[in-house]
Amino acid sequence: MIIEIGHFALTIALVLGLLLGILPMVGAHRRDVRLMAVAQPAAVAQFGAITIAFAALIAGFVGNDFSVLLIANHSNTDLPLDLRVAASWGSHEGSMLLWSLMLSAWTCAVAAFSRSLSTVLRARVLGVLGLISVGFLLFLLFTSNPFERLLPAAAQGRDLNPLLQDPGMVFHPPLLYMGYVGLSVAFAFAVAGLIGGGFDAAWARWARPWTTVAWAFLTLGIALGSFWAYYELGWGGWWFWDPVENASFMPWLVATALIHSLAVAEKRGAFRSWTVLLAILGFSLSLMGTFLVRSGVLTSVHAFATDPARGVFILAFLVLVIGGSLILFAWRAPTIGAGNSFSAISRESMLLANNILLVVAMAAVMLGTLYPLVLDTLGLGKISVGPPYFDAVFVPVMAPALFLIAVGPLARWKRTELPPLVSRLRWAFAISVISALLAPVAAVAAGVDGPAWRPLTSVGLAFGFWISAGVVVAILDSLRTPGRPFSIAHAASRARMQPPSVWGMHLAHLGVAAFVFGVTLVNSYEIGVEARAEVGDTISLGDYEFRFTGLDHIVGPNYDSDRGHFEVRDSSGALVALLHPEKRVYRASGQPMTEAAIDRSLVRDIYVSMGEPLGGTVWAIRAHVKPFVNWIWIGCLMMAGGGFLAVADKRYRRRVTQREARAVAAARA
Amino acid sequence: MSASSTNIPIDEDRYQSLAEELRCLVCQNQSLADSSAELAGDLRDEVREQMASGRSNAEIKDFLVARYGDFVLFRPPVKQTTWALWAGPFALLATGAGAWWLVQRRQRLGGPSGTAAPRPGGSAPARAGAEAGPEDAEREKARRLLD
Amino acid sequence: MRSLRFIIPLLLFAAIGMFLYKGLSNDPRIIPSPLVGKPAPDFSLPILGADGRAWGPEEMRGKVWLLNIWGSWCAACQIEHPLFNQIARDGTLPLVGLAWKDDPQASARWLDRLGDPYTVVISDIQGRAAIDYGVYGAPESFLIDKRGVIRFKQTGPFSPESIRDTLMPLVRELEAEPET
Repeated sequence: MIIEIGHFALTIALVLGLLLGILPMVGAHRRDVRLMAVAQPAAVAQFGAITIAFAALIAGFVGNDFSVLLIANHSNTDLPLDLRVAASWGSHEGSMLLWSLMLSAWTCAVAAFSRSLSTVLRARVLGVLGLISVGFLLFLLFTSNPFERLLPAAAQGRDLNPLLQDPGMVFHPPLLYMGYVGLSVAFAFAVAGLIGGGFDAAWARWARPWTTVAWAFLTLGIALGSFWAYYELGWGGWWFWDPVENASFMPWLVATALIHSLAVAEKRGAFRSWTVLLAILGFSLSLMGTFLVRSGVLTSVHAFATDPARGVFILAFLVLVIGGSLILFAWRAPTIGAGNSFSAISRESMLLANNILLVVAMAAVMLGTLYPLVLDTLGLGKISVGPPYFDAVFVPVMAPALFLIAVGPLARWKRTELPPLVSRLRWAFAISVISALLAPVAAVAAGVDGPAWRPLTSVGLAFGFWISAGVVVAILDSLRTPGRPFSIAHAASRARMQPPSVWGMHLAHLGVAAFVFGVTLVNSYEIGVEARAEVGDTISLGDYEFRFTGLDHIVGPNYDSDRGHFEVRDSSGALVALLHPEKRVYRASGQPMTEAAIDRSLVRDIYVSMGEPLGGTVWAIRAHVKPFVNWIWIGCLMMAGGGFLAVADKRYRRRVTQREARAVAAARA
Repeated sequence: MSASSTNIPIDEDRYQSLAEELRCLVCQNQSLADSSAELAGDLRDEVREQMASGRSNAEIKDFLVARYGDFVLFRPPVKQTTWALWAGPFALLATGAGAWWLVQRRQRLGGPSGTAAPRPGGSAPARAGAEAGPEDAEREKARRLLD
Repeated sequence: MRSLRFIIPLLLFAAIGMFLYKGLSNDPRIIPSPLVGKPAPDFSLPILGADGRAWGPEEMRGKVWLLNIWGSWCAACQIEHPLFNQIARDGTLPLVGLAWKDDPQASARWLDRLGDPYTVVISDIQGRAAIDYGVYGAPESFLIDKRGVIRFKQTGPFSPESIRDTLMPLVRELEAEPET
């Protein structure tokens, strides 16, 4: 019964979506206030309906209702409770329902927080969001119904894919989808603006916090996915340039360009058509990512169960949404108008270069991801494009952007003089060059294993120091007034005057530096070994000794496991860590899973995992030491934190903008 | 790793990086090094044996490509059909640089201010002349005070 | 014509959309074989059963024949096996079975249970010969002509349609070819 209520609620949501999508748009066109007023209640009601549907599905999972096909395929009575809940989005149908829920939540939020927008613009934005929801709900109801019955009901479920049975599953999809779906708000603002022709600074100021929050969530979602893969997949990799990973990275690159572009659009009125295009592009890439991972067009460890019929539907939806918005762009973009000009050396020109570089990087990732598909459809053979390609291509493309991070914030708007800029950055430059030269020396002195020097190590360290030093210079400069002597009290008062958005920027940029340090150091200095060992053996790796002290057999809730016990000691013989990796076999599916054991710290991870049993009591054991690997995710946390901090800026609160927006609305009426 | 691994010592680092460049054919986009599939194990053994008998990386890759096609390489070979793939990113970079330069040129030729009609609640013109003065944060604060 | 540049994104998307659409009818997991048109790699493998005498593909020189890779562990092989039994009864194409990475006793039991359509069954326990043929899954089949050249590879099980519409016409064509 609950399931049927859920199904019905979804249908109601579709109807509400149609009302939300059509009536306010018509109302905006005709300036009919009553029609436009449909938007808010429709958005709220739709959110309620989808919440009911989602709650019904979760109730089914928690209650082990195996008369529902989805639950029978993806759950099991032995599955722990939190994973039963997470299993509701661990499948194609369930994750699509989560998408719809998130979309409806964002729509509701826009409806709630946009009272000071002009009625017409608001109606159009909500209308676009409503139309998008209609597409997803149609897709759900007609090709991917999560409430489909299985009659007669199964006695026991087939269990959630063991790869997904992890706390990561609880957080990664929701965070990621908050990001993907959040980009729809900027998209809706862009389309609404193109229809209505209003692209002033207020438009940019409105779109900015929504986009920044979406970007921050996307950053967290991707970082969590990487962190999860690192400990779940058993060999210590954290990024594989897999098509599904790329499908999330491409919108992230564009979203990063978009938040920077919105800054220019808000402050200087420039870059407007570029910003509109980026807003369309960001959400389009989210949609395209959804297509790629569910249609069977590309193989990936992450891909959902594939179905070309669904692929056709999503592709049609893609063509409608992206094609439609790009046609609108081609037609109406000339009316957007140019903003204020800027000189060749200015903050604008550097942000322009930054945006171009990010878009080029996205295009390069797309090229590599789709190239095998292109060749195959042209009958030119089947190739694989993997990490060696992406690593070789991505770093040179991103390097100039990394360089600009330190320079941009120091440049003035409209026009900046080069000599003072160079002079302010001279220490940053010196530090980065010195660190690059010292890196091999330090490595040899520390007795680090492996090749003493790789060019990329120096390059990476140089960039890390360059960015960090640039941020420090920018902060110090903001804490003093030129011509006055430096004093702590004066600096403190200047610091308080800096808006959160500026601190957010510094934090995010430092996050990039931390990320660069993490990647450089782990790639340059990680060591690993795969060895045959049985209880009593000791494996040597670098400065560490791993003693295999025991092997237990554990019976878990829905798996059986062999758990190894390892004592890790350093060169002085002191005990550093006790690690207990497992090799599990999940009973319902028979699928084996490696649970790595990791001793984490800021300076290194010690990582042990059990490979295959080699007969008798001998096992293949993998051990790694990964220096500074956690800085990769700490950097991402800093980036997202910077984004959230920036949004806390008072100028996005309603009171400040209400006055201005009312003036705008009055002027335009 | 399997029981039939050769006993002749090989350069493990070289083996590891080679195995990471080869694709497991029966997996969902995993490398030979990372995969636990049986065929992957067989192919890893094959690679080890060939390394032990002195074959170079290029020879081992040629051996596998002759049997499985280019699909088995994660680093796509540079040939006529992949020229666009390898040159693409750098061509894109050049296009981007060209676009940046075009924008600058258009600005210089187009005059100091764009063709925008006057906008209500306007932002930029009031700030246009104030460059040499206080820094951005001060200006932002002033602007908000004046709003 | 400054506004022309605003059409560029739309055109790019149209191109990508076309490729995505075409891609839907592809199966990204089927790898075309680079061995089609090349001589069938030589091997010497023991015949399943009695004496374990070695056998190699040169023994089929002058005939058109099908090398079928299978295993008792392979579920999909059971789908195409009845079709092979029928071919054996019709006598239209000699079949050679290669038991891939299979325990010989299990292979023999499987054939007892499901029928043995093969002219000869050889055993590749290590899987080395299979690697030479670029085998990556079972079942796979190679159609080899009178001169020992691989002319067609089937990845996955045959269906009645693929035998009737693809395999047999090609067999007839190859039969008509001279031996040298």
